[in-house]
Amino acid sequence: MAATVKVMRRPEPETTSYLRASLSGMAITFKHMIRPDKVTRQYPEEQPDLSPRWRGTHVMEVHENGRPKCVACGLCPTVCPANCIRLVGGEDDQGNRYPLVYEIDEFRCIFCGMCQEVCPVEAIHVGVHFENAEYTRDRFVYDLDRLMEQDHPSTLLWDPSDPRSE
Amino acid sequence: MNDLSPTAFLVTSMMKITAVFTGVILVVAYMTLAERRVSAFIQDRWGPNRVGPFGLLQPIADGIKNILKEETLPATAHRTLFILAPALAIIPALITFAVIPFAAPLGTPWGTVEMIVADLPIGILYILALSSLGVYGLFLAGWSSNNKYAFLGGLRSSSQMISYEVALGLSIVPVLMLAGNVTLTDIVWQQQQLGLWYLFPLSLAFILFVVSAFAETNRLPFDLPEAESELVTGYHTEYSSMKFSMFFIAEYSHILTASALMATLFLGGWSVPFWSGDHMYWHEGMLISGFNAAGDPVAADPAWWKTLFTLLSFAVKTAFFVLVFIWVRWTLPRFRYDQVMHLGWKVMLPVSLAYLMIVAATVLVMDQVGVEGFAFGAILTVVSGIATVAFVYLLDRGRVIGGASASARRSQDEVRVRVSHGTSLSTSQGG
Repeated sequence: MAATVKVMRRPEPETTSYLRASLSGMAITFKHMIRPDKVTRQYPEEQPDLSPRWRGTHVMEVHENGRPKCVACGLCPTVCPANCIRLVGGEDDQGNRYPLVYEIDEFRCIFCGMCQEVCPVEAIHVGVHFENAEYTRDRFVYDLDRLMEQDHPSTLLWDPSDPRSE
Repeated sequence: MNDLSPTAFLVTSMMKITAVFTGVILVVAYMTLAERRVSAFIQDRWGPNRVGPFGLLQPIADGIKNILKEETLPATAHRTLFILAPALAIIPALITFAVIPFAAPLGTPWGTVEMIVADLPIGILYILALSSLGVYGLFLAGWSSNNKYAFLGGLRSSSQMISYEVALGLSIVPVLMLAGNVTLTDIVWQQQQLGLWYLFPLSLAFILFVVSAFAETNRLPFDLPEAESELVTGYHTEYSSMKFSMFFIAEYSHILTASALMATLFLGGWSVPFWSGDHMYWHEGMLISGFNAAGDPVAADPAWWKTLFTLLSFAVKTAFFVLVFIWVRWTLPRFRYDQVMHLGWKVMLPVSLAYLMIVAATVLVMDQVGVEGFAFGAILTVVSGIATVAFVYLLDRGRVIGGASASARRSQDEVRVRVSHGTSLSTSQGG
């Protein structure tokens, strides 16, 4: 990548008019003052455009019968670099494994998305979402029910049109 | 100067004091909002627009916040002066507005009420005296804080105020010479009689006054006493809560007074341009609107709608200058300290003295020759125009303001070195 250097030419002392420079400065500020297009985004009304690859709060995918897709294989707590996932697996009478406890501490989470990457059944996802404010700290440990209730879209960890992230 | 009974005078004066005080405080509050909105607009932002419609309740929210905030008293501060300083800053700033006429006299069943709190015979001298008292607040704040930044801010404010006070006073003198009086009602009346705003016949005085007024009110490009980048916030570094707020109210009411003064001295005050229906003046115990051909006074007929209309005219003129104050603040960078002193003593002072002599000589010659009326104004406009052009030309050659030109007086070679360095950098990292 070529480095571009912007060379600012110093005003030449014999030809520079301070008055004209000041007045043209005033004109510039006035033009900006009356310009209707502002850069401010009026946030709660105007939402930011998040990338489809944005990694935010987690979502647990749910089967049609209302049970979580997670099979309690234990890969996500193993791979998690922040060690923020707590998983206790169980088994029902047909021999299907399912999570008894599945908690994600969103404070510890670094939103790397490796849990989603490693999941063999595409159950846990990071989501396209960022408004996580709560009134108490303990509300930031998301349990299984809460993860299943999240209704924001889950992240495309890779963009199908740009699979190598170029 | 009025036909009111003592009781009516007392009652109307009380009402005017209340109205003007409330008005000034309200306008000052909304000037803070205007400053924030205008600065935001200049920087392509929206500014505070959440509290109330268009953010109109923002000053009230700010006020509540400042009153409820914790007040700190630095351990090493001089207690008495520390508490006294904000009051010393705010009182002169608020009471200077008393002598500025803000509308045409209003006729009431009890007599004619002048729309000015106190028509003092010393008018402008009162304003000069009180506005320079304001520096005590700033300097004592800086001194009593026992903080080196605050101290430097206070020091700067006093030296800057003293320097520009001289030029400010001298730039007003031509106005007083033309008006022949120091009361502001007289200045407005004389401008109405001349049929020309003093802005034109005294253009250089106007420029000098505006620049000095910027320095007097500590606004950018002369906000050396505050100078965030060098002195934290200067003289009010140690202040918090409402005391801090009081310095701000003082600064903004200074701006308001300065804007009202510019409007009154140079833009005809409350008089509406191109309309003689609002000409009103107390002449030998009678409210006159002018003199007829025989030289006899003609009685004026005040009306409530004329008062309202002139008040609007005054408000528009003042608001224009307030906007200019804000606009300039968000355009020009701060001067260096020696540049401020240089400009004050070596440019403003001699120029205002020289201009004073020019105006005095011109007026004297025209009085001797007997030029009157519009021709008088026209000739003075031409003379002042030449003086203004000469002043701007001299100031603009980069030799009068030494400090600023020194940094720009780089040799061409150095520019070329920079260019070649820039290109080599881009080629070496190109691959």
